[in-house]
Amino acid sequence: MALTTDEVRYIAKLARVALTDAEVDRLGGELSTILDHFQVLNDIDTQDVPPTAQSFDLHNVERPDETRPSYALEDILLNAPRREDGYIRVRGVLD
Amino acid sequence: MTVDLDRTAHEHAACLRAGDYTSRALTEATLARIHAQDSDLNAYITFTDELALAEADEADARLRSGDPGPLVGVPVAVKDLLSTQGIQTTAASKMLEGFVPIVDCTVVRRLKQAGAVIVGKTNLDEFAMGSSTEHSAFGPTRNPWALDRVPGGSSGGSAATVASRGVPLSLGTDTGGSIRQPAALCGIVGLKPTYGRVSRFGVVAFASSLEQVGPFARDAEDAANLLGAIAGRDDMDSTTAPVPVPDYTERFARGLEGLRVAVPEAFFGDGLDAGVRACIEQAITDLAAHGAIIDRDVALPAASAALPVYYIIAPSEASANLARYDGVKYGFSVRDGRSVEDEMAQTRGRGFGAEVKRRIMLGTYALSAGYYDAYYLKAQKVRTLIKREFEAAFASHDVILTPTSPTVAFRLGEKVDDPYSMYLNDLYTIPVNIAGNPAISLPCGFAQGLPVGMQLIGRPFEESTLLGATHAYGEVTEWHRRTPPSLA
Repeated sequence: MALTTDEVRYIAKLARVALTDAEVDRLGGELSTILDHFQVLNDIDTQDVPPTAQSFDLHNVERPDETRPSYALEDILLNAPRREDGYIRVRGVLD
Repeated sequence: MTVDLDRTAHEHAACLRAGDYTSRALTEATLARIHAQDSDLNAYITFTDELALAEADEADARLRSGDPGPLVGVPVAVKDLLSTQGIQTTAASKMLEGFVPIVDCTVVRRLKQAGAVIVGKTNLDEFAMGSSTEHSAFGPTRNPWALDRVPGGSSGGSAATVASRGVPLSLGTDTGGSIRQPAALCGIVGLKPTYGRVSRFGVVAFASSLEQVGPFARDAEDAANLLGAIAGRDDMDSTTAPVPVPDYTERFARGLEGLRVAVPEAFFGDGLDAGVRACIEQAITDLAAHGAIIDRDVALPAASAALPVYYIIAPSEASANLARYDGVKYGFSVRDGRSVEDEMAQTRGRGFGAEVKRRIMLGTYALSAGYYDAYYLKAQKVRTLIKREFEAAFASHDVILTPTSPTVAFRLGEKVDDPYSMYLNDLYTIPVNIAGNPAISLPCGFAQGLPVGMQLIGRPFEESTLLGATHAYGEVTEWHRRTPPSLA
């Protein structure tokens, strides 16, 4: 199945990835080829088969609800590209 | 006694305990060699000389006090996907260049507790997405057996530095074959543990339901000791299993007699290189000659659908995991966009490489409205069938034997522009991650002068069986002792 340029741009918008026109063209072809290979799954009968999200059954793993120290503020901010007065600075959401 | 860097980790450990040389001497010699080799190999993104020498001095103090740990004072390299406190962790991506974690991941913390000396962070495909280590923002790693060829991937740096006798041990991660395939292409041992056996806390996330950290080594004993040091329940990763960690050398004395080996014909189809096939057939003959019971009447039909299942599930999980790279909290950040959303999209568009973007797009598509049932849910259902098929095979067999990779190491550039052909490298390793079982790749011959690996798959949490069989095979063959043409 062939993905249209509009579909590629729509997926890129959902994924928040800015693509150049050349990338959109290339990805359209590549993704279409890969999706074609997925069609073999349609030949497999999965009626009444439950999905597996994770290979070994571990459910509701709990730990005691105890307080413990968190990381130091300065450590948390260490890698932030923009910071100010102990906060991470971002662009205004509203103009 | 002089430091001989061709020794295995357990041989070094014996020399260190005997006082033949110190960990500092071993570490200095190791650092000199890996620095010198790296102009050819590009196996490292970051060298950690200062940390390593400090750890070596601590290890020497532990050795003087009689600490018998198998890793005390032994040099280890770790894939640059593992967070290291105070040392940049890049995932081989421009997105994380300069990122300095504030904590160690659990496996690195355990390595330090075990007294290992961490000498560097190894190269990989960006965010562990790839099978050749060509998708690295820091340039490709080269195969020590032939410098014009890839080492495999994504843990190519970790495999290449062990194969070239730079370090005796390293850690990689394996989401679809990223430990086993480079181990095969570099002629060493690589083990993917059972899902849930090793903590993923602090490992840069790619596909959370599939990936595990595991060891590279030159023999079974070293792999067993390294796995023993990192395995086990971790409060910081609730997917780690509450299963006791055994002594992974416990099956070494058992040999091959009576080992029930399934050889599924589905893994010997079109696309398997004739030279690789010949090596695997010889290995099967050798195993049988030493008492293994070979069963070739084993069908794993659903496993042939594992590749599309993987390329739906892994990119879907990746598209969610990589949503965190927004240029706000850490990492690469574009600051001159038109709006918040534009800056985020520009950051991700410029920070991620081509293969990462391809997978984010694929995963976003598979999870998007209207396609979720057809792709993601369908893949999860087929995943159940693959898992059941493995369970059925293990009712009457101890291990499943397959080639690790369909070919020997290919040339740099040969497959990098053809994504689907690159994906086919992991045809035999991917079903194992889908099912969650442990598997090992071990050297079993040479084709075109390049190493060939055989994969043994085991029951969940029975890594000891795989390591025992690898040890026994290594006792009757010499493939794992071959050395690549000398580098620096």
